[in-house]
Amino acid sequence: MMQTLYRNWWKYAGILLLSYVIIGGFFFEVPLLPVLHETIRNIYFHVGMWFGMMFILFVGLVYSIRYLLYNKADDDQKALASVITGLLFGVLGLFTGMIWAKFTWGSYWVNDPKLNGAVVGVLTYLAYMLLRASLDDGEKRARFAAVYNVFAFVLFFIFIMILPRLASASIHPGLDGNPALSTGDLAPEMRKVFFPAIAGWFIMAWWLFTILYRSIRIHFKIEEITENQ
Amino acid sequence: MQAPAIWVLIRKEITLEWRQHSALSGILLYLVSTVFLTYLAFDGIISVNSWNALFWIILLFAAINAILKAFIQEHENRHLFYYALVSPRQVIVAKIIYNALLLMCLAIAGFFVFVAFMGNPVESFPVFFTNMMLGMLGFSSVLCLVSAIAARARNNFTLMAVLGFPLVLPLLLLLIRVSRLSINGTDFHIVAPDLLVIVLLIAITFVLSNILFPYIWKE
Repeated sequence: MMQTLYRNWWKYAGILLLSYVIIGGFFFEVPLLPVLHETIRNIYFHVGMWFGMMFILFVGLVYSIRYLLYNKADDDQKALASVITGLLFGVLGLFTGMIWAKFTWGSYWVNDPKLNGAVVGVLTYLAYMLLRASLDDGEKRARFAAVYNVFAFVLFFIFIMILPRLASASIHPGLDGNPALSTGDLAPEMRKVFFPAIAGWFIMAWWLFTILYRSIRIHFKIEEITENQ
Repeated sequence: MQAPAIWVLIRKEITLEWRQHSALSGILLYLVSTVFLTYLAFDGIISVNSWNALFWIILLFAAINAILKAFIQEHENRHLFYYALVSPRQVIVAKIIYNALLLMCLAIAGFFVFVAFMGNPVESFPVFFTNMMLGMLGFSSVLCLVSAIAARARNNFTLMAVLGFPLVLPLLLLLIRVSRLSINGTDFHIVAPDLLVIVLLIAITFVLSNILFPYIWKE
């Protein structure tokens, strides 16, 4: 009992952090700026999920590179788990962003480099899933998926990091850096919720990733056993 | 040994193409019919921005069609033969260069067909042309690797399009932007930063293809 508690301390930390973020995010004071008003509270969720997605997709990139280097089936399954987690966080990030956009910009969707980059990211990783579905042989599928994942991550990163800065105008904040991270952007009283929110979403992403990885591993094992019979 | 092997591979591709006339004639016909279709659909009168967008969309689809053939044209056994003879890096470099040349021919032909039907609004042609050629090299270096992946999977074309579109989009958006500027008569020194980014993007995808292709090549 104590051992389980001890081993999973980071999960409890994540739960605590996110509970704090939900309570603090909705009840703490925020500066009321024109246009934004109370919607600024969404920053704890929208930006946090987006950071969580980037983090877990980066984890996926690392595992894909590891797979290409060492050829261990484990790494491929981990890469798959992180892509699924990343997709989930990406879709949630889009969804929270759309709600935010409706209340500040007046419509769910505006034509903007940052928003388009987000859609391209989701499309890229859906394509990754489709690629896996169209290859059946285990080892080959793993290798091709890893190659695509590395290629896709680099291009996706270029797309969301470089192109919006090249564009002449973007309605989305953060044209010249990472929104909400630079010290001048965020009011001090919001930082005490924002930073725990980032940490909380990172932990949540990692937790979900480990669960998905175990489920995928079981899935593969079952397939292996039924094939051998 | 490095350079001659690449030349031999490129010459092999050109000879193959010359004998079969499969890719070039097929894609040319595809280009002409698509352009004619848009000409009929748009009733001949379109704005400069639509001209630009249509031109690039047609080129992109033609490029995807052309590069799709890069790895499924020849039998797999022959790939094994190349595998024994040359290194995978030489294969992908040769494929990228050859397909870039092919796409450049297609783009030039496509431009003339497009101008014939839709009129020529381009004011600063050198910029437009440089951008177009760079774009074809970029399409080739992004799509060759995707084609190599898609060639080994089921439903090639769908997979090629689905895998290729998101990857080619950053490049495509930049190309469309520079192209629009050049149509409006912008000089080289104004679009130079954009062209530089395009070149960098091509360099990154080229290097990545070189690193990643060996993993696809070994069976």
